[in-house]
Amino acid sequence: MGKVKSLSDLKKMREELQSKITLREKRGHPEEMVQVKVAMATCSIASGAKETMDYIVNELDNRAIDAVVTHTGCMGFCYAEPTIEVILPGEEPVIFGYVDTKKAQEIIEKYIQGGELVDGIIPVTYETIDDHNKE
Amino acid sequence: MTKFKNQVLVCAGTGCRASQSENIVQNLIRSIDENGLEDEVQVVRTGCFGFCEKGPIVKMMPDNTFYVHVSPDDASELVSEHLVKGRKVDRLLYTDPETHKKITDSKHMGFYKKQIRIALRNCGFVNPEDIDEYIAHDGYQALGKILSEMTPEEVIDILKKSGLRGRGGGGFPTGLKWELTRKVEADQKYVVCNADEGDPGAFMDRSILEGDPHTVLEAMAINGYCTGASKGLIYIRAEYPLAIERLKIAIDQAREYGLLGENIFGTDFSFDIELRYGAGAFVCGEETALIHSMEGLRGEPTVKPPFPSKSGYKGKPTNVNNVETYANVPVIILKGADWFASIGTEKSKGTKVFALAGKVNNVGLIEVPMGTTLREVIFDIGGGIKGGKKFKAVQTGGPSGGCLTEKHLDIPIDYDNLIASGSMMGSGGMIVMDEDDCMVSVAKFYLDFTVEESCGKCAPCRIGNKRLYEILDTITQGKGTEEDLFKLRNLGNVIKDTSLCGLGQTSPNPVLSTMENFYDEYLAHVKDHKCPSGQCKALMQYIINADACVGCTLCARVCPVDAISGEKKMPHEIDQDVCIKCGACMEKCKFGAIFIQ
Ligand SMILES: Cc1cc2nc3c(=O)[nH]c(=O)nc-3n(C[C@H](O)[C@H](O)[C@H](O)COP(=O)(O)O)c2cc1C
Ligand code: SF4
Repeated sequence: MGKVKSLSDLKKMREELQSKITLREKRGHPEEMVQVKVAMATCSIASGAKETMDYIVNELDNRAIDAVVTHTGCMGFCYAEPTIEVILPGEEPVIFGYVDTKKAQEIIEKYIQGGELVDGIIPVTYETIDDHNKE
Repeated sequence: MTKFKNQVLVCAGTGCRASQSENIVQNLIRSIDENGLEDEVQVVRTGCFGFCEKGPIVKMMPDNTFYVHVSPDDASELVSEHLVKGRKVDRLLYTDPETHKKITDSKHMGFYKKQIRIALRNCGFVNPEDIDEYIAHDGYQALGKILSEMTPEEVIDILKKSGLRGRGGGGFPTGLKWELTRKVEADQKYVVCNADEGDPGAFMDRSILEGDPHTVLEAMAINGYCTGASKGLIYIRAEYPLAIERLKIAIDQAREYGLLGENIFGTDFSFDIELRYGAGAFVCGEETALIHSMEGLRGEPTVKPPFPSKSGYKGKPTNVNNVETYANVPVIILKGADWFASIGTEKSKGTKVFALAGKVNNVGLIEVPMGTTLREVIFDIGGGIKGGKKFKAVQTGGPSGGCLTEKHLDIPIDYDNLIASGSMMGSGGMIVMDEDDCMVSVAKFYLDFTVEESCGKCAPCRIGNKRLYEILDTITQGKGTEEDLFKLRNLGNVIKDTSLCGLGQTSPNPVLSTMENFYDEYLAHVKDHKCPSGQCKALMQYIINADACVGCTLCARVCPVDAISGEKKMPHEIDQDVCIKCGACMEKCKFGAIFIQ
């Protein structure tokens, strides 16, 4: 992508990126893929987030599941690291805690493939800026 | 694609589990089976909802109904009413404390959320190594907006109106600081980001940099435009390799997009950012010491004034702000001063990020509106005290702060209330202590830290803190006197009054505040030579209960210093002068005959 030369450039870019990257705003589009975000801050890595991420990437590949796996920052649930967020097409994002490779396997098998929730969901305990605005 | 028609989420966080949430799960499953719904309804255990005071909590999906104070006996009614007949169980709904109305509709289910993520808005959402994701989440829009549409004065005005205050500890009004730097005439000015984060137990700045580095870059550029600086420096400790790595990637990407560098957004504003590494000295978080460290000099503070806004890096006007302070800026510009000022208390606006640690169940990074009480933070969001123990105190403000107790739990947290209660906001470390913690030892722990971290430039801090530490050590050894308590208080106040920088001026706070709130505990150490919480090793004795001892000799054999003697099949005894209090005997005794006094 070239240089941003003006505010309208940036706005255009934002629109493009929003529809291009599979983001939360796009929830509900059926052609979308499964998204997995792995929290990858210092505390997450210390609790094994890298192993979890590697495992998830491989396992999704092995099972030929079309998915994007990315890393992200601290979700705030340090007591439950490693934490991951899974967004199934058309569904609300779900955060899981204590995701070691065993839990990751269960999540892939039951939730991602079977659409069945598994124990260990972490409820989102905060409002986002957008939630707050709606009040 | 969800297989089940309904899901019942049951909180299995530590708090709710203690109040029988597992029984609720079992009863729900049984009831669902009895009603033949097992293929339609799934019961799922979840982590903490952060609303433990109202637990156990059960949430129905997909309609989002939230039930509070549920007991195992309520399970069958929830199934037969809510799931079978589709009627809400009124008596278990949450009552809004203000309107006294039951909350039934799913649109207003955010009420239990005590946190608002402003500074952390992108942490855990965007990929920190991809500028595109940041841009898709309104990134760099604030910078674009001010460069194209606003004068520096207008931006500063927004910040002043928003009420944003520095999150690095002091709480100085941010807009005012920017204005001060702006007003000084100079050929070169600097924007500095303080990412030293030296408080033991604090990790919010690290998390912001690791999770959302572009926010800080954008805010620094905004600051550059307002103050007239073309150069930014981030002072970060070398112990944060991941944050450094992500910052480097972010800076490269921003340069590539022309969001840093020459003629940003096609205007004549140019701005670039470089990193400077600290070696992890606490005192280098103090702004003057930080600046000297960046200049290649010893990391020692100098007297203020002159303030950095007048004479900072290389003698030029320099604006120093904390990471979290910067993280608030772009949102304030996009959402407006009024929006920000609507959150928080009268004199402290917005939110504060805390690193919640110590003896709480949900250790984590939290962001709450100013004015939230310590009780809500520790017992709702934090899920209460580990192992069901009793809350004793919470240390805010790190080594510069103080211990707050039970009586402070309902005070709304903001800069001024914390100071009035004998502590301070500090950078946002919050360490929770339970009944097992000895407050003299806690004070000693923090003093040990300051003695280690004092730069040594001025005598009160260098020598005084060492003496304070020695007195505390004597007390924990059981050799203290009441006179020592008097000395502690006296010396502490002298150090506060006469030290050169903020480190020394605040270092006695942990001692003074624990003495204020736990004087009895100090007295017990010096008068009765006892440590009420059994933490001070020198003050405890391992004792063999002669009635319970069968004389198996096992303890005598494991004792590494041969302090235990006794005939076979006869009660044994521990020689207190020899005992080193390692506890090996107590661990091995099969008859529970050894206890601590
Ligand atoms: C001993 C000492 C340590 C400090 N450590 C930090 C620190 O780690 N991070 C920080 O942002 N501010 C720290 N400060 C406060 C800074 O001196 C300065 O006030 C702050 O960076 C200003 O930014 P703000 O107005 O955005 O809070 C420290 C102050 C003292 C006296
Ligand atoms: S108060 Fe302590 S840290 Fe600060 S200048 Fe004096 S000796 Fe150094």
